[in-house]
Amino acid sequence: MTDYLVPVILFVSMALALGKKENAYDHMLSGAAEGLRLTVSILPALILLLCAVHMLQASGAAEVVSTLLSPVFAFFGIPPETALLVLVRPLSGSAALAVGADLMARYGVDSAVGRTAAVMLGSTETTFYTISVYFGAAGIRKTRYTIPAALFADFIGFFMASWTVRWFFHT
Amino acid sequence: MVMSWIWTGIAGISILCAIFNGSGGTLAASVVQGAQAGVTLAISMAGSICLWSGAAAVMEAAGITGMLSGLLRPLLHRVFPSTVKDTVLSQKLSANICANFLGLGNAATPMGIQAAKRLKRGDSATNELCRLIVLNTASIQLIPANVAAVRAALGCQIPFDILPAVWVTSFFSAGLGVAAAWLLGKVWKK
Repeated sequence: MTDYLVPVILFVSMALALGKKENAYDHMLSGAAEGLRLTVSILPALILLLCAVHMLQASGAAEVVSTLLSPVFAFFGIPPETALLVLVRPLSGSAALAVGADLMARYGVDSAVGRTAAVMLGSTETTFYTISVYFGAAGIRKTRYTIPAALFADFIGFFMASWTVRWFFHT
Repeated sequence: MVMSWIWTGIAGISILCAIFNGSGGTLAASVVQGAQAGVTLAISMAGSICLWSGAAAVMEAAGITGMLSGLLRPLLHRVFPSTVKDTVLSQKLSANICANFLGLGNAATPMGIQAAKRLKRGDSATNELCRLIVLNTASIQLIPANVAAVRAALGCQIPFDILPAVWVTSFFSAGLGVAAAWLLGKVWKK
């Protein structure tokens, strides 16, 4: 069933666009060009941040962080290996991508830790960046309860990511 | 500026830990390994990212965004009561949510900012504005293309098998986030 999901999504989108007499292929092509620009724009950050992440792992600092936080993480059922990811996720999108990719490579893409990292990345946002962009552009100075509420949503994301991976993959 | 502090801090902490653990050799090797891993990852992700950016552009042209905003309208009226009277706001808001939903981050932000400007009263965030931001930081995505690209780049056979888990997780984090914002809005002073 899920095997057909991706090809069918692609086909249906193209067919619907054709049905509206849109030049579907041209739209796809300009979107792909946009994607290439995105890849190029994140490349330098990815190199520097993976360098930093590898240093943290090689020196044993990452292990210290996850050992320190593991009682809290274990209480909520979140894998302690993801501690670093949880800490950087709200601050920097590319740093989180680097940490997440490193976790997936280290523990395996289909391992519980790898999948949890992927779900965490897919279902949360760079909270502080988003808040500063929106409030900066709208000219808001009193943010009231936005930050606690947004961080609560992030926490629910990390928590549910750990449990949905358990439920859906029986690991 | 924040990133400069973080990066320098990471390098400093790594050096201290390496001295303590006697793992200087591994640390030295990891610097170059990490940099190379960045290049490898970006190149192996490029294919999927381009494909899904292309697909997202087609979905927008196909009018899927418009169909979604129609479905969304009843829910929108409940979470953002101002949209009942303000049709422009209603359009901007649903366009923002739908673009996020399809993973069009670049299209979503300008729409969201326009909606935020219409929702703003003075320099303090209104309840509806707080809800909008929480909804945007919670990220509800139909196809988390970047993560799938990382998984595919690392040799995953079925990079999209995490989709149901991502949907359920996003649903809960956005839902409970907005609920928390609604509760806080009742007690927090203006």
